[in-house]
Amino acid sequence: MGAQVHGTQDFNKAKRAEIKFSDAAMQTVNTIISRYPQGKQKSALLPVLHVAQAEFGGWLSPEVMDYVAEILKIKPIEVFEVASFYTMYNLKPVGKCVLEICQTSSCWLCGAEDIVKYIEKKLNIKVGETTKDGMFTLKTAECLGSCGTAPMMQCGASYHENLTYEKVDAILDNYKSEGKLRSYTDLDYKNTL
Amino acid sequence: MGKKLLIHNDKVPGIETLQVYRANGGYASVEKALKSMSPDQVTDEVKKSGLRGRGGAGFPTGLKWSFLAKPEGVPRYLVCNADESEPGTFKDRYLMEKIPHALIEGMITSSYALGANLSYIYIRGEYFYVARILENAIKEAYEAGWLGKNILGTNFSHDCYVQVGGGAYICGEETALLESLEGKRGNPRIKPPFPAVAGLWGCPTVVNNVETIAAVAPIVNMGGEEYAKIGIGKSTGTKLISASGHINKPGVYEIELGIPVEEFIYSEEYCGGIRNGKKLKAVVAGGSSVPILPTELILKTAKGEPRLMTYESLADGGFQTGTMLGSGGFIVMDEDTSIVKNLFTFARFYHHESCGQCSPCREGTGWMEKILKKFLNGTATEADVDLLWDIQSKIEGKTICPLGEAAAWPVAAAIRHFKHEFIEIAKSKKFVDISHYNRLNKVRV
Ligand SMILES: Cc1cc2nc3c(=O)[nH]c(=O)nc-3n(C[C@H](O)[C@H](O)[C@H](O)COP(=O)(O)O)c2cc1C
Ligand code: SF4
Ligand code: FES
Repeated sequence: MGAQVHGTQDFNKAKRAEIKFSDAAMQTVNTIISRYPQGKQKSALLPVLHVAQAEFGGWLSPEVMDYVAEILKIKPIEVFEVASFYTMYNLKPVGKCVLEICQTSSCWLCGAEDIVKYIEKKLNIKVGETTKDGMFTLKTAECLGSCGTAPMMQCGASYHENLTYEKVDAILDNYKSEGKLRSYTDLDYKNTL
Repeated sequence: MGKKLLIHNDKVPGIETLQVYRANGGYASVEKALKSMSPDQVTDEVKKSGLRGRGGAGFPTGLKWSFLAKPEGVPRYLVCNADESEPGTFKDRYLMEKIPHALIEGMITSSYALGANLSYIYIRGEYFYVARILENAIKEAYEAGWLGKNILGTNFSHDCYVQVGGGAYICGEETALLESLEGKRGNPRIKPPFPAVAGLWGCPTVVNNVETIAAVAPIVNMGGEEYAKIGIGKSTGTKLISASGHINKPGVYEIELGIPVEEFIYSEEYCGGIRNGKKLKAVVAGGSSVPILPTELILKTAKGEPRLMTYESLADGGFQTGTMLGSGGFIVMDEDTSIVKNLFTFARFYHHESCGQCSPCREGTGWMEKILKKFLNGTATEADVDLLWDIQSKIEGKTICPLGEAAAWPVAAAIRHFKHEFIEIAKSKKFVDISHYNRLNKVRV
């Protein structure tokens, strides 16, 4: 888990003042909060953090976490505790497309390692790094529930399954030409490319 | 063809919509339960069915329900465990993605039995697109009056919501799940109290797996006794199996409990045999946590009887020569597979996913990963096999939740059945490039 991660970024008051959800995002946040009984709005924290991450550039800065704390009427530390525990929240800036390649048993049995090496070479970055143009971040992930269609990777809400080098080429080219931030909250479901 | 009760309609076009689902007999269990049965009668049918929890532990569902505390004036909750993170398991995803209403129907019928007016489906965050599918289905169900106030004109009202997680295997453990649902870190709680007494927000709560809840609908429709006729002994009904690895036809299969393992692996109806004409080497039959078995022991028990896909048969022989049905994550390995390296992927997984509350688990999983890494980078000695055995043996029974055990069992079983492979590697000092694994701890961005 992310126990080793600490808040390395300084809190910036000026930046904090600028952070505000768009009307659409705020509406989503309010819908999420309404799903819990009165006084239990802290329960909305995980889903709201996903909305915040999608809204503010793909990662959670201290200022964004502070903002979420204010909305949910909880302490900033309660937000950081959670954001640092779960792997889907990025606590540092990332590329527009975070590629998460499953490395667990079934995917490994079916060649995930080669896919990682291929992407490392193609993008000229190592696992954990971001390309210079800010387009891609490469991560490895643990079993994503796609073991029957291994090897696979996730990017935002999309699952890319039965990967081959050719498929990887097509997926990355497509993302690059779109050039937009891919988040978990994207609506385009499964991209079966 | 075996009987199918859960995903028999998975190929019907439009089955994800309420209209098509309903036209294929959907929501009949809600009608039957709410209009003609008392909540206790529903629980009784579930008891009679012999249904056992499909999340991994196999605890009898009806019995679990009967433990639910019912103090006057305190709300009760049903929480569906859709965290599905056990490596090798992807059946819940399949069910929810293809037939979302099957889960919602089960949620309503089960909630009626439990007297829960509010329920949540806690789904792993990575399944975001599946959460959207469920939300669309829930919306349809509200519009058609299957959810909301006074369902079917009765005085039963029910709200059901989806909550996404943030990426943490441990949140599949039911008390960690409840913590997460309350907006906290997924640290398992010390039990007792059990969720049936103090669960979500301190109220009585039942946590059940997706497949368990979905199975309640056919049970109510056909009656518990009829359901119990499927299967063998205490393994009643059908079970979804996620088949992956070196097989010709990976995928999700619904089986009648009781078919032989050999049939499951080799028949065209299921896995279709081993890929590329290779020989079978080993199987992890119930998700990464359960003991791996070599070919001889997975096809036949130590007594030489055919091994069957049931809770009892797979467990026959205990951990010495048996394994567990677990979550039904069936991972098949061919003759070329390195058992040690596969084990390393599991060890790394458990180290990564340990919540860190108990030292035997936090430290033990780290040490197991470290030592296994030595086997891969050519620096292990034969003594490391004993060290590995020693470490795994010091975790079981000493932790707050069973993740520690889940991490230890695969290590123990790999050494038990494949010790020669560890020794061979230690002797050969062969270097395997795992440089990208070494960087893994730094990938958290
Ligand atoms: C580490 C750990 C992970 C678990 N993961 C899951 C999971 O992903 N899905 C699940 O249904 N049960 C999981 N369980 C089992 C749950 O704790 C619980 O037993 C289950 O949700 C009960 O539902 P059932 O009786 O319907 O199986 C896990 C248990 C442990 C100890
Ligand atoms: S056994 Fe491991 S995962 Fe479970 S509570 Fe202890 S440290 Fe956490
Ligand atoms: S092992 Fe890769 S998705 Fe399960």
